[in-house]
Amino acid sequence: MLKRILFSAGLIVGLLALNWLISTQIEGYVATIILHAGIFVILAVSLNLVNGFTGQFSLGQAGFYGIGAYAAASLTTYGQIFLFRHWFHDDGSISWWMGSLLLILAMLVGGIAAAIAGIIVGLPSLKLRGDYLAIVTLGLNQIIVVVLNNMDKVGGPRGFGAIYPKNLNPISIPQLSSFFWVYFVVAIVIIVSINIRYSVHGLAFIAIREDEVAAEAMGIPTTKYKITAFVLSAFFAGVAGALFAHTDGFIAPNEFDFIISINIVVMVVLGGMGSVSGTAIGALLLAVLPEVLRGSFEEYRLVVYAALLIILMLVRPKGIFGQEELSRAWFKAQLLGLKTLPSRIKEWADGLGQKRSTMTGRSK
Amino acid sequence: MPESHHILSTFVQQVVNGLTLGSIYALIALGYTMVYGVLRLINFAHGDVFMVGCYIAFYVASAMFRAHMDNWFAGAAAFAAATLGCGLLGVVIERLAYKPVRNAPKLTPLITAIGVSLLIENVAVLKWAFGPDPQFCPQVLPSDGKILHFHGVDEPVDSVLLIAFTIVLLAFLWHVVRNTRLGKAMRAVSQDKDAASLMGINVNNIISFTFFLGSALAGSAGFLFAALTHVQINAYLGIPLGLKAFTAAVLGGIGNIPGAALGGLIMGLAEAMVEGYGSLVHIPPSYSDAVSFVVLIVILLVRPSGLLGKGGVEKV
Repeated sequence: MLKRILFSAGLIVGLLALNWLISTQIEGYVATIILHAGIFVILAVSLNLVNGFTGQFSLGQAGFYGIGAYAAASLTTYGQIFLFRHWFHDDGSISWWMGSLLLILAMLVGGIAAAIAGIIVGLPSLKLRGDYLAIVTLGLNQIIVVVLNNMDKVGGPRGFGAIYPKNLNPISIPQLSSFFWVYFVVAIVIIVSINIRYSVHGLAFIAIREDEVAAEAMGIPTTKYKITAFVLSAFFAGVAGALFAHTDGFIAPNEFDFIISINIVVMVVLGGMGSVSGTAIGALLLAVLPEVLRGSFEEYRLVVYAALLIILMLVRPKGIFGQEELSRAWFKAQLLGLKTLPSRIKEWADGLGQKRSTMTGRSK
Repeated sequence: MPESHHILSTFVQQVVNGLTLGSIYALIALGYTMVYGVLRLINFAHGDVFMVGCYIAFYVASAMFRAHMDNWFAGAAAFAAATLGCGLLGVVIERLAYKPVRNAPKLTPLITAIGVSLLIENVAVLKWAFGPDPQFCPQVLPSDGKILHFHGVDEPVDSVLLIAFTIVLLAFLWHVVRNTRLGKAMRAVSQDKDAASLMGINVNNIISFTFFLGSALAGSAGFLFAALTHVQINAYLGIPLGLKAFTAAVLGGIGNIPGAALGGLIMGLAEAMVEGYGSLVHIPPSYSDAVSFVVLIVILLVRPSGLLGKGGVEKV
């Protein structure tokens, strides 16, 4: 118990210190990239609950992300008209405490809105399996984008940055988010994921992933567990949306397109499906990589990004971490693995010219 | 009578619009469904192969146009170049990127496919490749701008030609899959790779052939789209059209060839109907993009394996 309290206290103090460092010492552009990377870590780790743990293939995470962002941004703009106008000073600024309280409210509202959407989507569609579930969640993602595009109250295709109520000054989305809050949620989603993974529920998730029929036969209520994972994942995506809206102060429907969902899935698979630390590192890597490539070879950066993605998948088909967590044993195994790398590249090159494949790995 | 006549005329127009769009969806969807049939892989790069087909048709047609050759021969040349070029591209993609990960965990080939898709798009948009600016394909076919009058209903010849051509391509594909040795081998591989291999079928070659056939159809669709629909083409064209086409393949029952064609036509018609008549039931035309997905979800909830797909019994 004492260990946990010390860990939590250390985490919060560390985050606050880093928060101070980043807000004062690092230029705004880099700081924004760090915040966006954190938001993608939340999205990827939460998607890992569904895709990595229960083995369901959801391709609609950006839809829930969008619902969370719009719900939270609506709260902090429209809510200002009648709910908490007096929380703000006359010049539109807000104190750190009240701002944080409002951000927590916004995150809860965003998360709950996305979770409700998750229940509505999950109940019927989780009956579908494999690729059918993928395409249905993807379709729902696109429906959400089209609906957002047609909602004039939140800007429609022009995007949502401010509202213009009659008789009042325009109210813009307050930029309440900060390094502390983004990475606090990152810590929460990682801790929740790891705790679930090693609990009884986590074992049920894994059983469903390994063999749904066998899990059902063992008396695991598969539908209940699949929906639990799906709704929890949607909730965190909604929280990420709330953070995103209050980081940028501007959101637009195309920022929640299915392309973003695909990006999130790529992060999960690249990091290692089912590995929490792997997913987090995959997300950080893929969120930061395009920005690092910016500048040096601007025109080719997305070409390089795509080529790296293909090469990584060819070299490490199970993702960077596989299903393992980041640990000392993992590093030892990698050092051993590094020695076999040249032979594996040779194997791939040989495979290109090979006439007949060895017919292993037959699909079930 | 003029009033009712007008209603009929617009209705036929909407149907033709829907069939035109549906034909393109159907041709692309066939590639998705055939590849899924043999590899159980969602080939995300397929929409981009279609985009490359559009550009090949555009370049050949432009060259012909500059040489003052606007006739059926010019059209045939553009068609052949787009079809063969895309077919070869498909085979190359399969050999280089998909074959090494064929036996890897299920999502690895999928992510590789996403990588290939991103690679094609981002190379295409470079200045020395297709470039970032949208292009209009020159109208090399003599049918351009002509209107067909049929019992008082006016239709552009281009649309009718596109639909007729799609029917010919579908019939040809059906013949190949049903009546030739290669088609038989393809069906065998999609049923059971190991058993097919034991029967002396060269599975690798058949998979390559499947990719060739599917990508060639996408190339043909690219030619039809660029030359006959008067829509501008750009390097990111493959994303939305590929997505809709894939949805069409799932709608018809993925892995099922007639299902993909049927799914494509249904999606095209549904979109055209919402654009034409949605406002009568208070659905603004801007919702037409969402309609195909709503149709998909409703159909999958009623028939979880698609319209013509066989419901798989899960074996333990």
